[in-house]
Amino acid sequence: MLEKALKGSKTYWVWIIFLLAVMGAGSIFYIIQLQKGLTVTGMGRDVSWGFYIAQFTYFVGVAASAVMLVLPLYLHNQKKFEKMVTLGEFMAVAAVVICMGFVVVDLGQPQRMLNMIFHPTLNSMLFYDMIVLSGYLLLNIIIAWNNLHAEYQRRPHPHWLKPLIYLSIVWAVSIHTVTAYLIQGLPARHLWLTAIMAPRFLASAFCSGPAILIILALIAKKFTRYDPGKEAIRILAQIVTYAMVTNVFLFLCELFTAYYSNIPGHEHILTYFFTGLHGANALVGWAWVMAAAAILSLVILVPSRFRNHPDMLLVGLVLLILATWIDKGLLLIVGGFIPNPMGTITEYAPTGYELMISAMVYATGLLILTILWKVAIGVKKEIGEA
Amino acid sequence: MGSNRRQFLRIAGITTLLGLGGGITLSASSYKPQSDPAQENEKRLRAGRWGMVIDMRKFPKDPEERQRVFDRIIEACHSTNNVPEGEAKPIQEVKWIWKDHFEHVFPGKENPFLAERVEQSEFLLLCNHCKNPPCVRVCPTQATYKREDGIVQMDFHRCIGCRYCMAGCPYGSRSFNFCDPGPYVKDKNPDFPVRMRGVVEKCLFCYQRLEEGKQPACVEASNGALIFGDLDDPDSHIRQVLRENYTVRRKVDLGTEPSVFYIV
Repeated sequence: MLEKALKGSKTYWVWIIFLLAVMGAGSIFYIIQLQKGLTVTGMGRDVSWGFYIAQFTYFVGVAASAVMLVLPLYLHNQKKFEKMVTLGEFMAVAAVVICMGFVVVDLGQPQRMLNMIFHPTLNSMLFYDMIVLSGYLLLNIIIAWNNLHAEYQRRPHPHWLKPLIYLSIVWAVSIHTVTAYLIQGLPARHLWLTAIMAPRFLASAFCSGPAILIILALIAKKFTRYDPGKEAIRILAQIVTYAMVTNVFLFLCELFTAYYSNIPGHEHILTYFFTGLHGANALVGWAWVMAAAAILSLVILVPSRFRNHPDMLLVGLVLLILATWIDKGLLLIVGGFIPNPMGTITEYAPTGYELMISAMVYATGLLILTILWKVAIGVKKEIGEA
Repeated sequence: MGSNRRQFLRIAGITTLLGLGGGITLSASSYKPQSDPAQENEKRLRAGRWGMVIDMRKFPKDPEERQRVFDRIIEACHSTNNVPEGEAKPIQEVKWIWKDHFEHVFPGKENPFLAERVEQSEFLLLCNHCKNPPCVRVCPTQATYKREDGIVQMDFHRCIGCRYCMAGCPYGSRSFNFCDPGPYVKDKNPDFPVRMRGVVEKCLFCYQRLEEGKQPACVEASNGALIFGDLDDPDSHIRQVLRENYTVRRKVDLGTEPSVFYIV
């Protein structure tokens, strides 16, 4: 099957070479980071996690896209998702690889990373996160590859995969829950110390993941003329909308709790985001772009008249991705460290190194996604599903 | 020839057996159950739970003089423990013991009408060696762990540099070596390791000095303002100080049970 990835148009190869070039350029910066240490980043003793861990957090959410197809297809027999489900599962694979990449580039001593396996620590949420993420990666590779292989050989899907598919549904929920638990159980990190952190992760994941999936599927459709099905996209857009409404609602709950209770610890970080605090206001612009993008995306996505219009849907989804990315991929992680435990503010901005190394990780994920989707779409077109 | 060969084989066999047997016996007799060499160290200071009282009354009243005493204490710590100073990026500074104002040391406890002597003074801060340390709870490799005597210890060779402990610590007591600390350690103490880049470090209550029967470097340099001792021993000096004075700890509402007490 993999041979499908070795034959492609000129555009395909240009894209592959471009991704490899980004990976190459980024790896130069990573080598320098390995030699000099994380001092090349904008992180410090106060904001000790930055852009890397924020991207990790966001892409755990993107990995969820698969379950929003798998669940309706296998539990509710929504056959319209049949053509798209492999794409979703393969996107989950790429997203989890991106997650793992960001954790590794964030480590001070990456060559010791196996210490997490040599000294398994049951009280550390990071241990469980490693298990759920690698498990989710394996589940999606096994399920998607074997189903696709069966289709390739024009045989029915193997029965032994069924239990794994059901397991993957529960497992998808676990990766968000555990990643939220990573930060929601830390004392004195006010932004994170909230019981709705895991629900927020789930809501944000179930809108941003499928939104990215829809856009990527539409791009793939343009280049390969593989149509995942109008109906599938229509229903998926509906799911995205419900999840985004929930996501925004949960965020407003946080605002209410902080400001109505008037407890300074809860208010400070939100005030820092939206108006700045004690003269520090590096993220104010981003916060308002997030708010505007979130509201606009709902204005477009909620009325079915707009949502069902292909161009409007695209705009709505891009706004939604922007809003959720700023929320989780920018503000959430940095915000946990502001103010610091002494109540003072150290601001954070990623350096060029961080951005280039992040580009390397992104490109790696995109390369995996491109190859897997090339194979999947090649097979599906060959068996005449297109 | 034949008998020669047999003889040779016999001798060789016996020698091998003797060698093997002797080797095994010798190594077995030299083997002892794993023991901590410090356990046999007579001088070693022991405790059920080490703790510290920072008695602010015992520092000089004069602000400048007080600063000098603080700096002397910090310097004692830094030179003993090879703590880097003057890193190129101040936000990436490594701190073991340092000073800050009341509202930063006890956030939430400040008020607009704070007594002048409290408001104007700085306080010393260090790792609280919590009874329930969140840093130990979150560490994915047990590179930071609680010793039986209550010291929250670091294994610099196991730490993978994920900095989860820094997110977990509610006191900002942990520092990460963003760069190689070597060039920033002024006078290297050859008896204590200089850390490498990419690992987290913090105050370890001078565990290496306790093994030699000495008090932590900061305590020794404090002229009695820092009181160090066994919190589990009701007859210890520190317990007497705690019995006789009103003390506060940082952020007790988080349930971490700090082992560092302040007499404000």
